[in-house]
Amino acid sequence: MNEFLQLLIVGISQGCIYGLMALGFVMIYKATEMINFAQGDMMMLGSFVAWTLIMDLGIPFWLGVPATLIIMASFGALVDILIVRRVIGQPQFAVIILTLGLGIIFRAAAGMIWGQVPLTIDSPISGSSSFYGIVIGNERLVIIAVTAVLIAILWAYFRYSKWGIAMKAASQNQLAAYYSGIPVRVIISAVWAVAAAISALAGILLAPITLIEPMNGLLGIKAFAAAVIGGFGSMPGAILGGLIVGIIEPFAAAYVPAVKGSLIYVVMLIVLALRPQGLFAQIHKKKL
Amino acid sequence: MRILFKTNYKQDLNLAKHGGHRFWYGLLILVLFAAPLILGGYYIGEATRILIYAMAGLGLMVLTGFTGQVSLGHAAFLAIGAYTNAWFLAQGFSSFVALPMAALLSMIGGLLVAIPAARMSGIYLAIATLAFAIIVEDFAGHLNSITGGNRGMMVDVPTLFGYQIWESWELYLFVLSILVVATLAVLNILRSPLGRAMIAVRDSEVSSQALGVNPMKIKVFAFTVSAAITGLAGAFLAHYMSFLTPQIFGILLSIQLLLMIVLGGLGTVHGVFFGAVLIGVLETGISIAKDTLPSSIGGLPGIEPFVFGVILISVIVFEPTGIYGRWIKIRSYMEFFPIYRRKSFKRQRTYLKTERLR
Repeated sequence: MNEFLQLLIVGISQGCIYGLMALGFVMIYKATEMINFAQGDMMMLGSFVAWTLIMDLGIPFWLGVPATLIIMASFGALVDILIVRRVIGQPQFAVIILTLGLGIIFRAAAGMIWGQVPLTIDSPISGSSSFYGIVIGNERLVIIAVTAVLIAILWAYFRYSKWGIAMKAASQNQLAAYYSGIPVRVIISAVWAVAAAISALAGILLAPITLIEPMNGLLGIKAFAAAVIGGFGSMPGAILGGLIVGIIEPFAAAYVPAVKGSLIYVVMLIVLALRPQGLFAQIHKKKL
Repeated sequence: MRILFKTNYKQDLNLAKHGGHRFWYGLLILVLFAAPLILGGYYIGEATRILIYAMAGLGLMVLTGFTGQVSLGHAAFLAIGAYTNAWFLAQGFSSFVALPMAALLSMIGGLLVAIPAARMSGIYLAIATLAFAIIVEDFAGHLNSITGGNRGMMVDVPTLFGYQIWESWELYLFVLSILVVATLAVLNILRSPLGRAMIAVRDSEVSSQALGVNPMKIKVFAFTVSAAITGLAGAFLAHYMSFLTPQIFGILLSIQLLLMIVLGGLGTVHGVFFGAVLIGVLETGISIAKDTLPSSIGGLPGIEPFVFGVILISVIVFEPTGIYGRWIKIRSYMEFFPIYRRKSFKRQRTYLKTERLR
């Protein structure tokens, strides 16, 4: 029973990371119908930037984190303005290949700048808590708490703030939003900025658990599976999908180690086969 | 400028549209077959790799270029073909059994993917094929008895009529002859009603349905053909590598295949070969350039993927039709010399195309 709870909490905290990254995918997809395959690599870049600020330049942790978020947000907006914006209106595969290429470049660049040796960030949160006979690292509890707070902030943002509502409008119908006086281009860049900041946060949260290395970018594929299970285009679905993927992983590793690498993809294929639109459907058949 | 005088509707169906085609493509095939006489062992090896890439790209082109189904998991079919071939050779069968079995088993793999995949489109398809590739790679690592697991397995040399193919130029000729046959097969499929239906499904599923095409059947067909050709390429890749580990068939290989056909020019058979040559030459070129550049630049780890990524992005942004598209533009500039207009190749953008309604 204790082992079960332990695995569950580890899974939930890991799932929160996947959920945050999946959230980034979904936000960009909803706003522009593009899938950003470089999302995982943006997370990886975020953790490297945080390492440079905190460990290399010696900026205090609580100042370094918001600085990282701001840097990564501007980076996300720049990627949209300089590169991604040019392929709007081209077929889907062009966008898929473009972002795959961006991911390759980010990974290679990170390898060139920071090297292939794994790095660590000294985080102010350490130690572990024990309750009801289970022992959980504090950083895992922090991940769950931060994710919960972030979801609440995002919900309020999309519900009440002017920019959030404008983003929702642009993602529902770009043309109509444009006619209502919403600056759709600026909004799309802002969505990229927010998505990049969210994944950078995921990268910082992940840093104490795993080491920081360029190959971390490939975690994006798992987050991708999470987004698909939840139904691409649904924000609560992304979090739920992230949790499902996160919980499956430690249980598979503990009970059926042979399939631990591929079980989440099998689950994803089953979900796709049964409900090709994901658990929270966003695609509707066109009526002719 | 050449003016074709058509006297028969059947002329539109001919593979070679005029004498020029017959002459130049014939010459190309002759030169390729004569290449081992001129080139040394190292370059023949590189050329074999390019031919294998071209074969795999041909398979992917049938699916992605002509049927419009993006696959991010074609490395899986390469893996199935490679391991099947190696296993059958290890059991003492000749290549006459091993190669068709490699094609057949990847075809079955393709069928398995196609049945659920034919219902999906766009990103969902890309992701499902990606997942399939990851699962196959994982499987290859666990099936120790057949694939040797993560330790890898040796591949025996191909045998034909009891003759063992050891020399690199022999393997080159073997790959080349199979590639010529495969290319002719694809060209013939493309001018048959099935091929036309594939292109119709790519351009608009709804209109193809209205014309009496069953998109499901066409997609499943395209998947199986594509998987079979890629499986064959995998079988030859096994011979080229002569040692197989599951890591060879990772996501990066799938991406590289996709990159190849996009760089070459999506939706054309020429594009496959342009892309394969470009990728092959780039790989060799980068490693040569690394030696000549100062070590502060050339010695950086990861410079190869970086250059690849930059080229990929520039092609997508500046020339989405790939090398073949650029060639068509240059050719028509020459043909219509004083009156060439840039506007005739202006891209049309489709802003209101959405995936949420379909």
